[in-house]
Amino acid sequence: MPNFPIYLDNNATTPMDPRVLEAMIPYFTEKFGNAASRNHQFGWVAEEAVDYAREQVAKLIGADEKEIIFTSGATEADNLAIKGVYEMYAQKGNHIITVTTEHKAVLDTCHHLEKQGAQITYLKVNAEGLIDLTELENAITDKTILVAVMYANNEVGVIQDVKKISEICHKKGTLFFTDATQAVGKIPVDVIKDGIDLMAFSAHKMYGPKGVGALYVRRKNPRVKVTAQMDGGGHERGMRSGTLNVPSIVGFGKACEICMTDMESDNARISVMRDKLEAGLTQLEESYVNGSREHRLPHVSNISFKYVEGEGLMMGFNKNIALSSGSACTSASLEPSYVLKALGLGDDLAHSSLRFGLGRFTTDDQIDYTIKAISETVTKLRELSPLWEMFKEGIDLNKIEWAHH
Amino acid sequence: MAYSEKVLDHYSNPKNVGTLDKNSNTVGTGLVGAPECGDVMRLQIEVDPTTQLITDAKFKTFGCGSAIASSSLATEWLKGKSIDEAMKIDNMDIVEELALPPVKIHCSVLAEDAIKSAINDYRAKNGLAPIADNH
Repeated sequence: MPNFPIYLDNNATTPMDPRVLEAMIPYFTEKFGNAASRNHQFGWVAEEAVDYAREQVAKLIGADEKEIIFTSGATEADNLAIKGVYEMYAQKGNHIITVTTEHKAVLDTCHHLEKQGAQITYLKVNAEGLIDLTELENAITDKTILVAVMYANNEVGVIQDVKKISEICHKKGTLFFTDATQAVGKIPVDVIKDGIDLMAFSAHKMYGPKGVGALYVRRKNPRVKVTAQMDGGGHERGMRSGTLNVPSIVGFGKACEICMTDMESDNARISVMRDKLEAGLTQLEESYVNGSREHRLPHVSNISFKYVEGEGLMMGFNKNIALSSGSACTSASLEPSYVLKALGLGDDLAHSSLRFGLGRFTTDDQIDYTIKAISETVTKLRELSPLWEMFKEGIDLNKIEWAHH
Repeated sequence: MAYSEKVLDHYSNPKNVGTLDKNSNTVGTGLVGAPECGDVMRLQIEVDPTTQLITDAKFKTFGCGSAIASSSLATEWLKGKSIDEAMKIDNMDIVEELALPPVKIHCSVLAEDAIKSAINDYRAKNGLAPIADNH
């Protein structure tokens, strides 16, 4: 029997690696100093630890340690990048380009700026989840100060062509920001090779602690500046005030170091399990993989099981398996996933989707169990589904006049 | 959000899943909800023409656990009731019985709608005017 419960929601958060916890512990107790205390050894010890972590984080993404601004997480880093650029480059223009499938931390920040007079262009994606590069190029004007396109999507795992996007941005003279929360630590991300000017990422998506993340801010070619969104003691080169969260930063650094050494072997194992899971579940009739399978994170799969509803489906196995659904019923709103809808899925397929996020600690027998449990539940719920019955009778569901409520 | 024991039980062992002959004059069918909204319920009743009692009830539901439980419970309650008694089943009775949280109240509303829709389908087949929804 596999280890229960099975955790397949690694896009939401990852368990912390025990090696990370071990590195953090001394910084809660005996090494508790404030990294900004310049005049005694407690401060020096803390500062040294933060400097070391900054190097570990920078190294993973090919950056210089001076380009790392520690924040409370990716949401704060997204806010700092977008609002900070908007304020800093106000004399150049007020136009920002982003994508409809971005995370809410980016979209809602853009909506906020719209109310303050920003002009925002929301690029559409194709059925694969990818943006059209020509459309991007045509959308850039002399008033465009920032292009914000995520590295990899949190729901379907689709990876945008970041290198080509940054080339277009630089040719047109605009800055390029990417929310790389799902990508950093999972696939090779290099800010120089990828041409990234600003990048948000977070520790808890890569086996580090929650409550810490970073914004990469390029220092040369070009030198990028952002207006601080948190005022105070002038920490993080004046871009983000607030006493540094030393234990978490130490953990973040350690998590980055482990990802750097283990990424290749982790991915080799995880992608095989992901492919096995996908092959097993698509044996079911009327099941569809959402988003590009070619340009995709190696640990993610998003599958719709037509004629069954996602939350009802999860109820069949959530005692033993944890994952998430694009169905409305799992969120506070009653709308199904806007990301799946942006890919062109009908609401019915969006309601029927499950998101699988495998991770470093996923085992092969857990995947075998998952295939079996989900297949059985889908089959059972289809026996209960009036839509399945109609489909089997050859009735076109689109021709029925449904009573919308 | 944890499910109540009763919701879990109806989900694991749904009562009266199935299909009655929708073309029969003694059967009333209610099909409510929409695939885009994430829930569709089909509830059917079989009525004894002489006694006007509901002798059988079946359902099939596409939806979350609470929607499945609401329709399963509805079929249990319908059996043996008269049409008049069935019309009096209120969605809040379902909410209470299944301890549904506020975000799941719409599942109970859908079940009540399905009951009324099935009854009116039966009445229409037998030349009777629909009973107005008192909501």
